[in-house]
Amino acid sequence: MSETDAIPEFKAGHAAGGDVGLNNMSALTSGPGIKSFGEVLAILVVAVIIIGGTELLLNIFEVPQYVLPKPSEIALALVTEFPLIAPHLGYTLVELLAGFAIGATVGLVLAAVITQFPFVEKIVTPYILLLVTTPMLALVPLLILRFGFGYEPRIIAVALASGPMVMINAATGFRRVDAGKIALARSYGASTFQIFWKVRAPMALPMIFVGLMVGSIFGLLTAVGAEMVGGGFGLGNRLTSYSSMIQMPQFFAVVLILSILGILIYVLFFLLGKKFASWEA
Amino acid sequence: MTGGNSGHPKLRVKGATKVYQTRSGDLLAIDRCSLDIQEREIVSIVGPSGSGKTTLLWCMSGLHHLTAGEVLLDGKPVNGPTRQIGMVFQEANLLPWRDLDANINFPFEIMGTKPDRVWVDELLNRVGLEGFGGKFPRELSGGMQQRAALVRALSYKPSVLLMDEPFGALDAFTREEMNRLVEEIWLDRPTTIVLITHSIEEAIFLSDRIVVMSPRPGRVASIHKVDFQRPRSIEIMATKEVFDLTNTIKMEIIKMQQRQPAKPATDAIQPAAE
Repeated sequence: MSETDAIPEFKAGHAAGGDVGLNNMSALTSGPGIKSFGEVLAILVVAVIIIGGTELLLNIFEVPQYVLPKPSEIALALVTEFPLIAPHLGYTLVELLAGFAIGATVGLVLAAVITQFPFVEKIVTPYILLLVTTPMLALVPLLILRFGFGYEPRIIAVALASGPMVMINAATGFRRVDAGKIALARSYGASTFQIFWKVRAPMALPMIFVGLMVGSIFGLLTAVGAEMVGGGFGLGNRLTSYSSMIQMPQFFAVVLILSILGILIYVLFFLLGKKFASWEA
Repeated sequence: MTGGNSGHPKLRVKGATKVYQTRSGDLLAIDRCSLDIQEREIVSIVGPSGSGKTTLLWCMSGLHHLTAGEVLLDGKPVNGPTRQIGMVFQEANLLPWRDLDANINFPFEIMGTKPDRVWVDELLNRVGLEGFGGKFPRELSGGMQQRAALVRALSYKPSVLLMDEPFGALDAFTREEMNRLVEEIWLDRPTTIVLITHSIEEAIFLSDRIVVMSPRPGRVASIHKVDFQRPRSIEIMATKEVFDLTNTIKMEIIKMQQRQPAKPATDAIQPAAE
């Protein structure tokens, strides 16, 4: 937390949101731990220049707030409006977690099963590709017609968006057959089941984490998109609502929250991957 | 017959034939190979690439099924992998997501048994890997990895050890060190070892007998007895006898490669008079 003290230019308190994002970014880009204080300093200096520069330029050219609000105004809006935005963050998280849990589970199970039967895989793959490439947002109006303006259409959309992403990546992992390792297990008399759990699954783990990460980010996109289509709650709904009232600082505060959410998801899977799949460079 | 110190051979290969179905038709990999291996014997199999050495060894282990013929272990047919047989592969074949301890524990997890800690620790000690239990394969050198693979194969005390070009990927010095290590462990606790190698020197240093295989389809072309005293020092490798034997085997393999396809070898177990 000493880094916070190292940025006197930030109006203390206002920059809390941006700060978290920055710390996470540096943790990511510098890989296994930040190497030196100099590195931290450089990262922070660049951040200060970008944010401070934006603030300065917007002031000099007197850019109206409805075009682009100043960073300080966004930070202020984030702090003052947060109690109003927080419940919506909660709704979005519920949709994301529920949809992703369903999608990822189905995706993982399908990937594991299908890769065991190459023939089935050939038949199913085109449909999975179709699901991956079709934006599931396109289905949201239809889902709303059927399920109304509640959680259901959103959770279904998130599951449909994240599931195929998880599946296609996990399938790539499960398909990575190392005949030598399987022969090794077989030489001890391993059953098909044991080969799956002790060899195939661990070997697929790095790709599974990639799938979970991509899938959850897609899930977030879809959740927010679905909220923008209809229904009176969620961060996506806040975006349409604030922009319709030209409350741009608030609008950008929500955008900032979404970025941080995305980064946190990335960091979560990055750390999980590092912990459980670091054996692969 | 060679070395029949007990009535039964430990491992008997009878008319082993293996046909692989490939896109371009059937491929006869090994053709009526027969071989008796006695208990506590070390037998090396050498031969040109593509002579079916690995196929023969994998069929002995039960990992591959023979098209015709059979493999008998203690007089009983081998129809699949058995814990009586330990396999050491071409690469160390350690699981990269497991540390050394977990890798050595792997056979026991599959078999659902508990390792004999005293024995495993003794093995680790002997190969110089004590204290490396928490290391991951990528943190170990090639030689250390192969030593770990050896410990893993010996950990559950198989009575037969099948080694498929185990030290091929190692540099010459590490290889010699590994050869001495194998002999040392074998002298301490003799098992039956069948070793595939490209190095005739390695075969001579380790083996009681050397089986030379013909180019595809692989047949047993000749068998050479190696009668040097054990423990064998690296010095014997510089003697004239070793030099002559090396050349005999080398010339035999070269000649076979020149007059491909090889003429059918007599379906027999006759060791070459040596």
